[in-house]
Amino acid sequence: MTGDTKVIGTLDTVERAADSPDEPQPFADLGLAADEYATIRDLLGRRPTAAELAIYSVMWSEHCSYKSSKVHLRQFGEKLPPSDRLLVGIGENAGVVDAGDGWAVTFKVESHNHPSYVEPYQGAATGVGGIVRDILAMGARPVAVMDPLRFGPADAPDTARVLPGVVAGVGGYGNCLGLPNIGGEVVFDPSYAGNPLVNALCVGVMRTGDIQRAFASGPGNKVILFGAKTGRDGIGGVSVLASATFDDARQSKRPSVQVGDPFAEKVLIECCLELYAAGLVVGIQDLGGAGLSCALTELASAGDGGMHVDLERVPLREASMSPEEVLASESQERMCAVVSPEKVADFLAVCERWEVLATVLGEVTTTGRLEVDWHGERIVDVPPRTVAHSGPVYRRPIARPADQDALVADTPARLPRPDDLRALLLRMVASPGLCSRAWVTDQYDRYVQGNTVLAQPEDAGVVRIDEATGRGVALATDGNGRYTRLDPYAGAQLALAEAYRNVAATGAEPIAVTNCLNFGSPEDPGVMWQFSEAVRGLADGCLTLGTPVTGGNVSFYNQTGSTPILPTPVVGVLGILADVAKRTPMGFGAAGDVVLLLGATGDDFGGSEWAYAEHGHLGGTPPPVDLAAEQALAAVLRCGFLRSAHDLSDGGLAQALVESCLRRDLGAAVAVTGDPFVALFSESTARALVTVAPGDADRLAAVAGEHGVPLTRLGTVTAEPTLAVDGVLAVGLAELRDASESTLPRLFD
Amino acid sequence: MARVTFRVGVVTFPGSLDDRDAARAVAAAGGEPVRLWHADENLRGADAVVLPGGFSYGDYLRCGAIARFAPVMRTVLERAADGMPVLGICNGFQVLCESHLLPGALIRNDVRRFVCRDQRLRITAATAWTGAYEPGQQVVIPVKNGEGGYVADERTLDELEGEGRVVARYLDGNPNGSARDIAGIANATGTVVGLMPHPEHAIDPLTGPSADGLGFFASVLRTLVAA
Repeated sequence: MTGDTKVIGTLDTVERAADSPDEPQPFADLGLAADEYATIRDLLGRRPTAAELAIYSVMWSEHCSYKSSKVHLRQFGEKLPPSDRLLVGIGENAGVVDAGDGWAVTFKVESHNHPSYVEPYQGAATGVGGIVRDILAMGARPVAVMDPLRFGPADAPDTARVLPGVVAGVGGYGNCLGLPNIGGEVVFDPSYAGNPLVNALCVGVMRTGDIQRAFASGPGNKVILFGAKTGRDGIGGVSVLASATFDDARQSKRPSVQVGDPFAEKVLIECCLELYAAGLVVGIQDLGGAGLSCALTELASAGDGGMHVDLERVPLREASMSPEEVLASESQERMCAVVSPEKVADFLAVCERWEVLATVLGEVTTTGRLEVDWHGERIVDVPPRTVAHSGPVYRRPIARPADQDALVADTPARLPRPDDLRALLLRMVASPGLCSRAWVTDQYDRYVQGNTVLAQPEDAGVVRIDEATGRGVALATDGNGRYTRLDPYAGAQLALAEAYRNVAATGAEPIAVTNCLNFGSPEDPGVMWQFSEAVRGLADGCLTLGTPVTGGNVSFYNQTGSTPILPTPVVGVLGILADVAKRTPMGFGAAGDVVLLLGATGDDFGGSEWAYAEHGHLGGTPPPVDLAAEQALAAVLRCGFLRSAHDLSDGGLAQALVESCLRRDLGAAVAVTGDPFVALFSESTARALVTVAPGDADRLAAVAGEHGVPLTRLGTVTAEPTLAVDGVLAVGLAELRDASESTLPRLFD
Repeated sequence: MARVTFRVGVVTFPGSLDDRDAARAVAAAGGEPVRLWHADENLRGADAVVLPGGFSYGDYLRCGAIARFAPVMRTVLERAADGMPVLGICNGFQVLCESHLLPGALIRNDVRRFVCRDQRLRITAATAWTGAYEPGQQVVIPVKNGEGGYVADERTLDELEGEGRVVARYLDGNPNGSARDIAGIANATGTVVGLMPHPEHAIDPLTGPSADGLGFFASVLRTLVAA
């Protein structure tokens, strides 16, 4: 019964739907299950019109409704740590936290994985554009972006197609928007070969009194669509909205990846900020996934519950678009605002000044229903909450994967350990997992706006938000699919711990969390086990660390055939710095400074970079999580007199030493105790490499002692450009730099 | 004759990105920044003008090709002809070339990628915008562009060099394939300067690689005092 087409020119009105209850509808093609379709019929008391079906199908898709993840995500609310920082929590376009001195900061990370595989440049570009509009919709000026990226093997032919396109797209859009890109990740693993992960984070700033909300309240208030015209691009991006469904001729099927216009978005940002400043907006919502379907139903359901829209007023790029296509279009660079009638003229004048197209589509009503007309004929008449909030909720079957025990039992203890640590160091530094990311990050503008205090390759990005006081924010994202594959509960906590540690390394106080949960199919019980464990781990971890989850995104169905990606929760942590001038950089700063290690080192190689890079091995258990130790470490890192601080993670102490030396071309002469291989390459957590001025070593020992953090004096920073580990290895910085910096250019130039 | 402060206009085109940074740099050097709007011919009493970096009009058609027709540019061109100092940074340099205030053009980087890095330069000419530097002084300021390769015919390049109009050259590697490592040039009188790197991003070591860029803004204020 699916795939039927309707007669050209017949508008499927509400009246017609009521009169033709048995007309077959292509709900399955639209991604709706039979029982979901039946529920819609029950909710409406009739069959839905084609337009209503388009709305329900996109809004009840996994992407928009979180139907498989909802029952688990609740934990972020249930386990919310007490925090007086949280101003807006989960559920809005993005969470908002109090950054002090009357400043509010909003941040969120989202995925744009599938479009970026199909069309790397536009997929990545519109990923940036989408998250920036989420931040803008909260009332904030976007001030920075970050991009956690994951690709197949670095030397795989398809990676040579996907990576350069994605990086150019991230840069092309973000650079043109004028947003500094201050960090992120580049990770390679075979599991991402057919399914790269392109996550995008944006952070924005506003005064606490200027937070905007997405609701349509006040009967008589006007609903205004502004920004780009609506076209056929992006249709099908959310569900499988085959054009044949709405169009007998199939000729109008378009690529379902949206196309971005960063200039239009830049102008839209400035226009929105001027509208906010003039107090012309009651409620506002960006148009992203599910386009107008989402914006109208969410605005209406969050407000007084009624809205009337004349859909034919939507400015179209192609006049032949059907109303269903107009509702489903994911054309970029659009926003929808609710404006009181006496302010409409001023609103339109601001838009005109910025040459932004703005159109009054309709108004808020008291009917409690979303009514959409098309040239005077009613094509949608639904209670908006049934679309936005009454979607299906699934408790998907959960099962620990059959191979999990074998995986955990296969520990790296069986792997031969190397004798020549100098050669190993050079191989590790050059490996795709650890090498310099400059080939990627040099394509991003990190300077624009003039407030970037730290950017990649630093542990965290730091942006000044108040020039008068120097107040600023620090941000880091982390995720480790290998750790999460071995133990999803611990893996999510390790991602949290690393991002938390990265932020703390700058001297900032970590205060809030966002996350992007990238997993395989929720219909696979093994994947669902990974997901449920990861969410539980993250929620428990955030409760322990006192950092509330403020929002995020779930991306399912990341798999090639029946093989899912490594479970990849990407965690973003936001921290506050009262004065960015006091931030701690990662690089060694002056010869003679004392080099010390904070934290304890164990024999932790499960899921490590060494096991993978040298032996292609993944097995055992990831490094133990110790969140109390992370908190203690963070307290020491905030002591205020560190010359440099660099967190230890992938590649262990060796990698941290190399990166700290190369940052400003200073050498180090250090000594390690015990097995030098373990000391240099183990990935034990809750550790940081720090330096202090020669006279401050005792002071640091006192602070570390007070917080119970083990402290080991390793040696000193040297003017001689050599990294020397006493009795173990010595390598010139030029050789290290060449090893680190030549890998990506060799692969991608 | 000498005034306490001078007004330096910073133009905002739709798509300008570094306009606020340029205004901040003017203030840091002791000048009074004046924000100018592309659609307004009025320079609001500016004694000098900065055309900032960014992607004016999305850089559609060709970088700077649309911005040169903005109403504000009519006045800028008139005043530049009378000797008013004008600095075009990055996209502003492209606008100056499109306006024919400066010769040559800027094309896609030879590496075919956007390049953002801390760039060492040698200041090679004393102009209205570089007078505060020592002759031959080396500075480090960010370069960030996708279409920053300076090109001109050989005769023009010879002329620029012969007349001492090459304002800055790239050291330690040419980031974009510019002819003869040219990072910036001036008009015949040294009042109009186009520069691909971004001095406004190097006014404070906290937010840039150095404070070396401040000299461009200090130079013009010194020029105005002397005028």
